Amino acid sequence: MELKELYQEIILDHGKNPRNKGRCNEFNSDAEGYNPLCGDKVHIYLKVGKYKEVQDSSFEGEGCAISLASASILTEIIKGKDYNVAKKIIEDFLNMIKNETKITINSLSDEQKTTLMSLSGVKQFPMRVKCATMAWHTFNTALEGKK
Amino acid sequence: MNINNVKSEFPILQEKLKGKPLIYLDSANSAQKPKSVIDRISKFYKKEFSNIGRSVHKLAVTATNRFEETRDLVKKYLNAKSREEIIFTKNATEAINLVASSYGEKFIQKDDEILLTELEHHANYVPWHFLREKKGAIIKFAKCNDKGEVDVDEIKKLITSKTKMIAVTHLSNVTGAILPIKKIVDLAKTKKIPVLVDGCQGAPHLPLDVQELGCDFYAISCHKMYGPTGVGILYAKKKWTDILPPYQGGGGMIEEVKKESITFPESPTKFEAGTLQTAEVVGFSESIRFIENIGIKNIMEHEKKITEYGIEKLKRNNSVKIIGEPKDRGSIISFTIKGIHPHDIATILDDDGVAIRAGHHCCQIFHEKIGVAATARASIGIYNDKDDIDMLCKAIDNCKKIFKI
Repeated sequence: MELKELYQEIILDHGKNPRNKGRCNEFNSDAEGYNPLCGDKVHIYLKVGKYKEVQDSSFEGEGCAISLASASILTEIIKGKDYNVAKKIIEDFLNMIKNETKITINSLSDEQKTTLMSLSGVKQFPMRVKCATMAWHTFNTALEGKK
Repeated sequence: MNINNVKSEFPILQEKLKGKPLIYLDSANSAQKPKSVIDRISKFYKKEFSNIGRSVHKLAVTATNRFEETRDLVKKYLNAKSREEIIFTKNATEAINLVASSYGEKFIQKDDEILLTELEHHANYVPWHFLREKKGAIIKFAKCNDKGEVDVDEIKKLITSKTKMIAVTHLSNVTGAILPIKKIVDLAKTKKIPVLVDGCQGAPHLPLDVQELGCDFYAISCHKMYGPTGVGILYAKKKWTDILPPYQGGGGMIEEVKKESITFPESPTKFEAGTLQTAEVVGFSESIRFIENIGIKNIMEHEKKITEYGIEKLKRNNSVKIIGEPKDRGSIISFTIKGIHPHDIATILDDDGVAIRAGHHCCQIFHEKIGVAATARASIGIYNDKDDIDMLCKAIDNCKKIFKI
């Protein structure tokens, strides 16, 4: 039932109706990610505050259900988070995909953790890991781009 | 050999994936290998292996003979005029790089024009791009029409007195269009422009006669011809092999080496530097025998039948859009499904044991033109049958079910 783990309801929903799509108002940092293997693209837009807190986040891009869902979930969960919390969520997420660890960060609700963990099924599909992680790496670049 | 029993000749097609039979529809990417090819490589390593063309011991003589016999076989298969025209490379990409590098070095100057088409694989664009960077050459792309074909007139339009090379695919790896090579060559001849044909998709599926085609260069990918990886072939007309400088330098490709100067032998030796992929070349001789045993006309007929069946069946599915409808087509069917990204299609199909490719298939120029970042592609080989197409269609229905389309 590996396939069902990959294409969970929640991923299909975010894939079909991605949240935060487009450029967010007053963005002041952005970064682009590109997967040369498949041509998938993602562009992350952030409005970052004085202390690098993520006031707003959004994305533009085209890609598969996994990559769209991943960018959608990412921008939704990190929006409004302090810099340190945002970094910890990114770290936890990438670790989860890489090492099968769980999402431990306290500042997320159980529902948010479940949403993030819905993407962990991608581990069983090595060729698709980048679909799930590209937006996160790109987000990190955008976040660090704003000093 | 009867083409209907051909599946049993391929050990990998007897394998099961998660309990399901393997439906391999990715032969345009790389074809599976018949037992005879696998056994030939194994036998060569067990009984005949040595480096070729260097030592005088018995094994070296045997290995050299087997290797050179393959060259003769290829020469005959392509109907080349002489064995000097058959150069072994590591793949078709290297074959094209060889021409771009050696021909480019000698004959391409600033503002000279290289004429490609919008259907070219990156392997027949990037090497010319290097030349553009290095020499200031100009690359022009002949347009493909909305059926995914390139008409000879589109090439004619772009030819100028500066055109120094026309490099075109024989058969598009995305739309499946078979290009009118003969007409292109005839046109080029009147302007004295050499023609390179990227035969990666042509060679495994179409009858080949390089003298009849009349092209100057023809690049072949052996692993797409049911042969081993690591082997490509460049057919180059003798008039070119005589005058083009060597591509890479090293052992085996020299005549005499002195501190102040080096001389080189004739083709093919001067273009084959270092130890070659000996066992794989010898193994490839069995690929040719395999194809000849079935007969390329029978292969073409069979693949045409399966491709037509596939297109007709896919067209009945309202969500499926076929990319490219060339009149003269090979056994390639690229498609999209409304609402499902090709990578999701490929992953879900894989779960049903159906192997296809998804992506831009190394043809970003074409995908950009049609405004689609990626397509799904089912490519049909010698071993595919109607059951495989039925399985493909069933797996597509499963995709739609998962995505609720």
